[in-house]
Amino acid sequence: MQTGKASWLRLRTPVLWLALLAAMGTLSLYASPYTVIMVTNILMYVILTVSWVLFSAPTGYISLATAAFFGVGIYTSATLGGQLPLPLIILTAGVASFVLAALVGALTLRLKGVYFAFFTFGLVELIKHLLLWYEVSVTGVRGRFVVSADNVTIYYIILGILVILLLTSYLIRRSRVGLALQAIGEGEDAAAHTGINVSAVKTFVFALSAVFAGAAGAAMATRWGYVDPYIAFDYLFSFTAVAMAVFGGLGRFEGPILGAVVFAFLRELLITRFPYVYMLVMGSVLVVTILYLPQGLVQLAQKSTWRRLRGHREPA
Amino acid sequence: METFLGVVIGGLLIGGLYALIAMGLSLQYGVARVLNVSHGEFIMLGALTTWSLYTAFHINPLLSLAVCGPAAFALGYVLHRTVYRRILATSPSPGVFESNSLLASFGLLFVIQNVALIAWGANTRGYSYLAVPVSLFGVLFGANQLLTLGCALVVGVAFYVFLARTRVGKAIRAAAQDSTSAALMGVNINSVLALCFGFGAALAAIAGMLISMCYPVTPVMGIPYTIIAMIVVVLGGLGSIPGSFLGGLVLGLIGSLVTYIEPSLTLVAYYLIFALLLLVKPTGIMGR
Repeated sequence: MQTGKASWLRLRTPVLWLALLAAMGTLSLYASPYTVIMVTNILMYVILTVSWVLFSAPTGYISLATAAFFGVGIYTSATLGGQLPLPLIILTAGVASFVLAALVGALTLRLKGVYFAFFTFGLVELIKHLLLWYEVSVTGVRGRFVVSADNVTIYYIILGILVILLLTSYLIRRSRVGLALQAIGEGEDAAAHTGINVSAVKTFVFALSAVFAGAAGAAMATRWGYVDPYIAFDYLFSFTAVAMAVFGGLGRFEGPILGAVVFAFLRELLITRFPYVYMLVMGSVLVVTILYLPQGLVQLAQKSTWRRLRGHREPA
Repeated sequence: METFLGVVIGGLLIGGLYALIAMGLSLQYGVARVLNVSHGEFIMLGALTTWSLYTAFHINPLLSLAVCGPAAFALGYVLHRTVYRRILATSPSPGVFESNSLLASFGLLFVIQNVALIAWGANTRGYSYLAVPVSLFGVLFGANQLLTLGCALVVGVAFYVFLARTRVGKAIRAAAQDSTSAALMGVNINSVLALCFGFGAALAAIAGMLISMCYPVTPVMGIPYTIIAMIVVVLGGLGSIPGSFLGGLVLGLIGSLVTYIEPSLTLVAYYLIFALLLLVKPTGIMGR
């Protein structure tokens, strides 16, 4: 009896994840086309959020450059669309983002965190300006049309990227690299003294996290049809990823996913009619979460919080 | 020769603004340890308030200093007293405070920007004030631009004297060196940190007021200025206020030169300098 219950508990989480995956994997069979599009959007935000968390949560280095990698993906798709098959384009976008992030990481991650934050904050603007100059003075076009793919294909590609991302971050957490990353977050000097190549680990994981943002950008661009530098390199993508992750909670695996789903759904409701209100709400929620709910939404789900709110005290 | 002079003076004109903006950020990061990415939003608030006062009530932009400066100071002071002080109290280590305060200021960036978008709308605005040409060494400049540089220099020097010569200034410098020891020596540290944040915001708003005299203003104008301020702060040396002032003038000169050659690449050139700096001398001009 006891053992049967224990093994069910052990299996419960994987079974639930598999059930969820099965439901998502067959979505186009039973859901309306509109639902498929909406879920694609939500999953895109989940990818951006989880990929941000992959590097920034364990290390405490706040990257503000998600939008830059996403934009690189979009432009890879815009320039290569039609010349290569879609999976190859998405792979190229991932590699391009990886290279860009590795360069940024190699430049800034051997220094204090403040340099990294400053550099990543301006990266989106830098690439936007460079691209605008290039498009105007070399190619002579302002925007580009992207060879489009149908919504169901994009949905499955985005789902596939998300599944690979979740597996990657699950495995990274349990690998030597993940432990090294955790050690860096808790004390960088101490980590260096135990023999961890601190800069290399940070740069590698940062670059790895960028792959998924780039791949998602390449996939989503095929749905938008037309992109220009202002659409592709938009701060909002960096901001939403950070806000969603912090809102959901960085301490647990499910936290950022939960935060992204809640906010991406809210976005679907608000963005077309009240875009400024939506961004205002997100900004406020980010500030309030940091102040009053440092473990995020998942903190509410934990029993001890409820008990404390009802006036019970934890035994010291 | 005239072109050269034009580039140099033009660089100083824009450099004065950069210096002012960077001094504010330097104060917020160097003393209060807040990586304030919402710095540019205070510039935007200063600029749009000045624009509103000028177009609605014909109030001289320089007089709106009396509104923008204190208002931004109060806003910054209150923000530090409420938001950042709470983060400081709940953060177990300086590293955690740095990342949490960065996240909070990222949130504030979008709060302030979208409040401004709701209040003013997304249009680009501007007004004409003292837009008369003045000849300087045979090169023509707008009187408003020269006024901007003059104001930036006056404010910058006044602020430096304040830091160097007054008791509060001394407390701020002590807190910049080592806030824990300063607190032990009887400096009211929470008050000093909030003051610094307020002064940073006020400098940004004053810069915004000056910017509105020469350049168009929109609710989304803040971010490029924040980026420039960050680059100048690194160029001058993290935490060094004279360094920030100097760095601002240097970056202005470089910007003016690049603008003369290829205007659309100015920000790219700044970034190139930023990257080179990180490779060669991350401590900046006057960093320790």
